[in-house]
Amino acid sequence: MFGKTKINVLLLFLGPSLLIIFSFFFLPVLAALLLSFTDYDIYALGNADYIRFVGINNYLKLLEDPMFWTSVKNTFYFVLVGGPLSVAVSLGTALLLNSKLVKLKGLFRVTYFLPVVTTLVAVAVIWRFIYHPRFGLINYVLSLFGIGQIDWLGDPLYSMPALILMAVWKNFGYNMIIFIAGLQNIPEDLYEAASIEGASEWQQFISITLPQLAPTTLFISVITMIGYFQLFAEPYVMTQGGPLSSTLSVVLYMYQEGFRWWNIGYSTSIAFMLFLIILIGTIIQFRLQKES
Amino acid sequence: MKPGRKIILNIIVVLIAVATFLPFLWMISASFMQAGESNSYPPKLIPDNFTTEHYENLFGRLNLTTYIINSLLISLGVTFFSLILNSMSGYAFAKYRFAGKKKLFSLLLSSMIIPGQVTMLPVFLTLKNIGLINTYWAIIVPGMASIFGIFLIRQFAMSIPDSLIESAKIDGAGDVEVYLKIILPLCRPILLTLGIFTFMGTWNDFLWPLIVMTDSSMYTLPVALANLMGEHVQDTELMMAGSVITILPVVIVFLLLQKYYIKGIMMGSVKG
Repeated sequence: MFGKTKINVLLLFLGPSLLIIFSFFFLPVLAALLLSFTDYDIYALGNADYIRFVGINNYLKLLEDPMFWTSVKNTFYFVLVGGPLSVAVSLGTALLLNSKLVKLKGLFRVTYFLPVVTTLVAVAVIWRFIYHPRFGLINYVLSLFGIGQIDWLGDPLYSMPALILMAVWKNFGYNMIIFIAGLQNIPEDLYEAASIEGASEWQQFISITLPQLAPTTLFISVITMIGYFQLFAEPYVMTQGGPLSSTLSVVLYMYQEGFRWWNIGYSTSIAFMLFLIILIGTIIQFRLQKES
Repeated sequence: MKPGRKIILNIIVVLIAVATFLPFLWMISASFMQAGESNSYPPKLIPDNFTTEHYENLFGRLNLTTYIINSLLISLGVTFFSLILNSMSGYAFAKYRFAGKKKLFSLLLSSMIIPGQVTMLPVFLTLKNIGLINTYWAIIVPGMASIFGIFLIRQFAMSIPDSLIESAKIDGAGDVEVYLKIILPLCRPILLTLGIFTFMGTWNDFLWPLIVMTDSSMYTLPVALANLMGEHVQDTELMMAGSVITILPVVIVFLLLQKYYIKGIMMGSVKG
C-alpha cells in the first residue's frame, strides 16, 4: 500500500504489542537461558550476590536426576498414548458427524465441544470424584460389565491411564471441529468416481479420505503433541504427581523445583529441556509426514 | 444403504453425547445434594433432598464473590487491552509496507513453538522486582499482546480491499482515523472471535495465576477452586457447587457466541 510507511506510524501501530511481546516473551526466553547456566536459588532471591555462573552443570545434574527421568517418562507416556488416542477419537467423531445418516448434527457438535471450553481445574475436580473407587461413576459403569473396583488415582498402574482418559474426553472436540472442516473440503466427485469404480467405503476411506486429510492431520498432530507435552493442571489437582510419582510431569516438576523450592537455575534448565523435546518432536512429525 | 446402519450410527452418536455430558450432569446434581449424599452406591443422579446450602456456603463463608470479581476483572482487562494492541499490529502487518516485515512476522510465528513455561521464572522475577506480584497487572500486562492474536487479525485484515483505505486517505483521513473508522468496524467478527478466545483462555488459565497470585485474596476462580480442593477433599457436594460456578460463565459465553469461537478454530488451523 502506497510505498513505505512513515516510521512514527509504524511505531504507533506496532510499538505497543511488540514491546509487550519483546519484554514478556523474547527477553525472558534469553534470560531463562542465562539463568539455566547459574545456581540462582532461594538465597540468591534475597541477595543477588549469591548467584554464580555454573556452566552446563544444571543440565548435567538433570541427566543424573532420577526424578527428572521419571517426569520425562511419564510425560512421554501421556503424549504417545494420549495424543494418538485423542486424534483418533477426534477423527472418528468428525466422520460420524459428517455422515449424511446422522441427525441433529448441530446439537451433537455443541455437546461434544462443551468439555473443550470448560475450565480444566474444575474438570479435574469433577473427575477426581468420578474416579472415586467406591462411589465414582466410572467404576459403577464398569461394574455393569462385571469389571471389579479399580483405584484409578491411587494405583500407579492406573493413574496415568486415568489422566489420559480425562484429557481425551476434555480435548477431542477441538480437533473434531478442524477435522470436520477438512472433511468438508474434500471434493464430492472423488467419492463418486470411486464408488462408480466399485471401491468399498473402507477403500474410499483409505485411498481418498486419509490422503486428502493429511495436511489437517499433520497440523492436528503437532498442536496436540505440543499441548500434551505441557501436562500440568491434571496431575496438580488430581494426584499431585503421585502415587509414587507415576503422574509427575515435566512441567509439574519444573513448577515444584522453581516455585516451591526456588531452585530457579535448575528449574529453567528443566524448562529448556521441555522446549528441546517439543522441538525435536515437531521436527520428527514433519519428517514423517514428508516421507509418507 | 442398509437401514440398520443408520440406526447404529445414530445410537453411537447419542452414546458419545451421553458420555460427554454425564460428568457435567453429575456435577450439577451432586452440587444440590446434602453433604455426604453423593457418596452412595449406585451413584445417584437426582438429589433426595434438594439443597442450595453449598452455594450459600461458597458465597457466604468461603468468599467466592471475591474470586469471581478477580477472575472477571482480569479476564475483561486482558481481553480489552489485547484486542486494541493485537488489532493495531495485525492491521499493520496486513496493510503497511516496511523493510523486514516478512522476516519479523515469520520470526514471531516460528517462536510460537517455544512453550510459555520457559519464560515463567524470568517474568515472575521481573514482576516481583517492579512490585506487580499479587496485582491484576501481573496477569494483564504480559497478556496484553499475543502472537496468535496478531496472526488472527492479520489474516482477516488482509482481505480488506486496499481501495477502501486509499479512498479514505484521499478524502483526507489520517492513519489513526482509517484504523478507527474503517478497519475496526470491518474487523468486528474477528475481534469478537479473538475476544472470546482471550476471555475464555484467561478465565480458564491456571498455572500463571497460581504463580503470581500468592495472596489468597487475589486468587482467580480456578486457583481458589484448586486450593479449596486441598481443604475440602471430602466435601464432594461443595466442590461440585464450586465447579458449577467456575464453569458456568465460560459455558454461557460459548453458547451465546459459539459461531465466532468455531470460526476462530478454523482460521487458526488454515495456515498453522
